Amino acid sequence: MNELNDEKLRKLLKQSFEPASSELERDLWPRMLRRLDERNPRVPWFDWVLLALLAVWFFLSPAGIPLLLYHL
Amino acid sequence: MELPEQPPELLEQFAHGDLEAFEALFRQFQGEVYRWIIRIVRDPGVSEDLTIETFWRIHRAHARFDPKRSFGAWARRIATNVALDYLKTTHSKVGRETVLPPDLPATTLSDPGVRQDVRERTQRAFLALPAKLQAAATLALIEERPYDEIAEALGISTGAVKLRVFRALRLLRKKLKQLGVEP
Repeated sequence: MNELNDEKLRKLLKQSFEPASSELERDLWPRMLRRLDERNPRVPWFDWVLLALLAVWFFLSPAGIPLLLYHL
Repeated sequence: MELPEQPPELLEQFAHGDLEAFEALFRQFQGEVYRWIIRIVRDPGVSEDLTIETFWRIHRAHARFDPKRSFGAWARRIATNVALDYLKTTHSKVGRETVLPPDLPATTLSDPGVRQDVRERTQRAFLALPAKLQAAATLALIEERPYDEIAEALGISTGAVKLRVFRALRLLRKKLKQLGVEP
């Protein structure tokens, strides 16, 4: 009885949902590239130079750290 | 789903983070991944987004990929997880919308006049199933994919897939009863 009910339920499910037969209609690579670029933001070279100068300054004059933190 | 084998060198390059190798694999497998995802989520627009998300996760996990394994099977496993995550996030919303009206008249499947109505109620009840049960039942009963293929994609045993399908049917019957449909 239960198997019979299961069979009816399976049939009902098949009637309620069509199998998905859609094909991908376009190349998604350009979107993938955009996604990769979004997640890997490029740091401008100027920012790296600024960071390097800051690191040198802190190394030569550690007293500058609290001064910088105070101004932030 | 046919999964073509890849040249070992390409897989090695991908595992080392080579973007050109990733692009080659993306172009070859995007259609397969999309077709697999749409079988689970059944929405073309969402499936495109989830295909991108799948390849994003693949790209992030490149170092963990073993080039001796099948890239297609690995991609399908990740795609299944992505689709399941999507179903989980939408499920609570669908579940809330599927408030069961107490005064729905009971219908039987032998009545052809209510066929469309029964179909709609079945869809509502099915979409309100827990994501894991819904995905297993969709692939097994609607898409009629082999159990071993579903098991591999879900990362569980064939027996566990059968159990999920059984539980999905049991829960679906209960929900349909509440909606006034008794198959």
